[in-house]
Amino acid sequence: MKVDLLEILGFRRAEGVHPPGRKFAADQAIERAPLPEGVILPISQHIGAPAKPVVKSGDQVLVGQVVAESSGGCSAPIHATISGEVKAPTTVVSPATGSLVEAIVIEGDGEDAWIELEAASLDALSSEEALARIAGAGIVGLGGAAFPTHVKLNRPPESPVHTLLVNGAECEPYITSDDRLMIEDPDRIAAGIQVLMKLLSVEKTIIGIEHNKPKAIESMRAAIARADLPGDVRVVGVSAKYPMGAEKTLIKALLGVEVPEGGFPTDIGIVVQNVATLAAVADAVLDGRPLVERVVTVTGLVERPKNLISRFGAPASMLIDVCGGMPEGADVVVFGGPMMGIAQASCDAPLLKSTNCVLAKEASLRTERGCIRCGRCIQRCPMGLMPLMYVNLTKKEMIADLADYHVLNCVECGACTYDCPAGIPIVSYIKVGKAKLRQLGGN
Amino acid sequence: MENGKQLILCSAPHLRGRTSISRDMYLVVLALLFPAAGAVYFFGLYALLMLAVGVSTAVLTEYVAKRMRRKAFFMDGSAIVTGLLIVLILPPRTPLWIVVVGSIFSIAIAKEAFGGLGFNIFNPAIAGRAFVSVSFAGSLARWIAPTSSWMADAATTATPLSESFTTALSKPELYKALFLGNVAGSVGETSALLILIGGAILLAFGIIKWHVPFTYIATVFVLSWIMGQDPIFHILAGGLMLGAFFMITDYVTSPLTTRGRMIFAVGAGILVVLIRVLGNMPEGVAYSILMMNAFTPLIDRYVRPRPFGLVKSKGKG
Repeated sequence: MKVDLLEILGFRRAEGVHPPGRKFAADQAIERAPLPEGVILPISQHIGAPAKPVVKSGDQVLVGQVVAESSGGCSAPIHATISGEVKAPTTVVSPATGSLVEAIVIEGDGEDAWIELEAASLDALSSEEALARIAGAGIVGLGGAAFPTHVKLNRPPESPVHTLLVNGAECEPYITSDDRLMIEDPDRIAAGIQVLMKLLSVEKTIIGIEHNKPKAIESMRAAIARADLPGDVRVVGVSAKYPMGAEKTLIKALLGVEVPEGGFPTDIGIVVQNVATLAAVADAVLDGRPLVERVVTVTGLVERPKNLISRFGAPASMLIDVCGGMPEGADVVVFGGPMMGIAQASCDAPLLKSTNCVLAKEASLRTERGCIRCGRCIQRCPMGLMPLMYVNLTKKEMIADLADYHVLNCVECGACTYDCPAGIPIVSYIKVGKAKLRQLGGN
Repeated sequence: MENGKQLILCSAPHLRGRTSISRDMYLVVLALLFPAAGAVYFFGLYALLMLAVGVSTAVLTEYVAKRMRRKAFFMDGSAIVTGLLIVLILPPRTPLWIVVVGSIFSIAIAKEAFGGLGFNIFNPAIAGRAFVSVSFAGSLARWIAPTSSWMADAATTATPLSESFTTALSKPELYKALFLGNVAGSVGETSALLILIGGAILLAFGIIKWHVPFTYIATVFVLSWIMGQDPIFHILAGGLMLGAFFMITDYVTSPLTTRGRMIFAVGAGILVVLIRVLGNMPEGVAYSILMMNAFTPLIDRYVRPRPFGLVKSKGKG
């Protein structure tokens, strides 16, 4: 483990926190979950416009068939993840946002009959064709934010990209899906890197993996050597602290530059992609395979934590049952990690493209006390903000002042709240404050 | 899995660290036990009695104040810290009723009247000490030499900082006495060694950062040297060490950022030397900190962390 002496001695602000790892499934090889009997596919799985359903009740669908098409702009299509019959659409609580969302329901026929996939060779594809295959496959960022990948990759010629950053920093506790993917399927990730280096015409790629994942680092290094990629491709170890996997934090750790406030990595010529997304890109571009499944870590209070490949739309309860079920005491089910994940209203919440983890937990409720001005939230904030000010200003309804304290720069990583001795749910106040500020039009 | 299992909806993060207000406060109590033990060693069982009275009055006052304000009372340890601190900065033979009055003022007026923990502007223990100093100046002017006689009255003497202080000790011997605490002074301020042990506990558990006490002590050292004083004497004498580790580091009454806290420490350091050297009071630690407490909101207004990716507005230069 790399030790930052300057940070320990206090010459550098100790940004971020060190929550316990609890990577219970770290040594569990990826297994394929059984085919769900039925799936529920919410038509809005990410920021941006929801997809438009193109199937109606009674239609027969094959795996990989488009059931909701992209509505243009910042949107991605959704594909059938099992073969069978489309049922009447339903409305579910979105596992990503908690608001109500329309969903397509498919009842499986148990056949797992696929559409015909069109393989292609990378040399024969133009950048536009490769991008179209990524867009058509419905690929979104699989690291958690689920931003449509083709939108991120579609760069106008006047803002060229010089570096591709591959995010292998899985900094949330419990989650091991990316770690296992890097260990077990590094060649697919390397193939994805090759596709994107060609598509973006970049010469330089850096793969950032935390020092506490030596197997993943070794595995990725070997895969990069095997792939014999053109250009400068390196695996670089980064320190294991939360939130290293946050895009802007990782860029700063690897390249020493800061993305301008309110801007995107592409503004400074950098594209960041998560390792699982890269594997999906390789599938889409080279095999013509749409995104219908992913690796998800099912962990926490379950009998046997596992890393499962599951189709989207499968109910969380099915995955939890595959892992031996939850004990009586578990009363919280989170999609995502414990730091930023979303607690679900029902055990039957459907798996989304962005769901990298299903975490069963005991509720840890803390009494909120008054702030003692200890300043830990300021020291921990990776974005250089003053989180306690957002609590005070939001409580006092001084919403316009939030902007003076750069609230929109907050990535809601939760490092401040993790270390708050008064148990103040700072991130919750920030979310409320941001929403009110946007209502004011104070963006 | 059975359907319809009741789940609890709660917001992220679903994992919290081990910090808590009580943990912070009881670690400060633990650290303060070292100077408190020194107090009993140097000034006898009467010091222990003062500590017991100060702490119990502080806790009781907080309980009554919370009841009067119809707020919930938590035994978070902050009243114990205040109760210990006010006794540690009083003279060793302070009448117990003055200890009671000071402790009540600290909690009821300096802390609860401002809204309780987190809202007080002035350090409660120092505010209580300042209140009894101006109210009962005569009763607080008696200083005694360290004594091993546990309860008996000891000889009156001068504190090292007072004008009438004379000593037969050589310089190294005086430094040694000041470092170990074998000199006259307030109950818990005399032994730099014991305060440093307490301070090391606070540093080890991350309750305080070294920047603040270091800046404060360094400021006093440099400024007293510039003003032709003995810098080593000034950092070892009086309440400076206790102030450096336990008073200017108070979260509530000092700025939020480490940079702000260092500015606070420089200001307090300058004031303490000016009061000691140019003022007509022998000691200035308490007043210098109270004065800087008033500057805390101003420092917080101007000293903020640099936001990540801050783009300097162009066109100004």
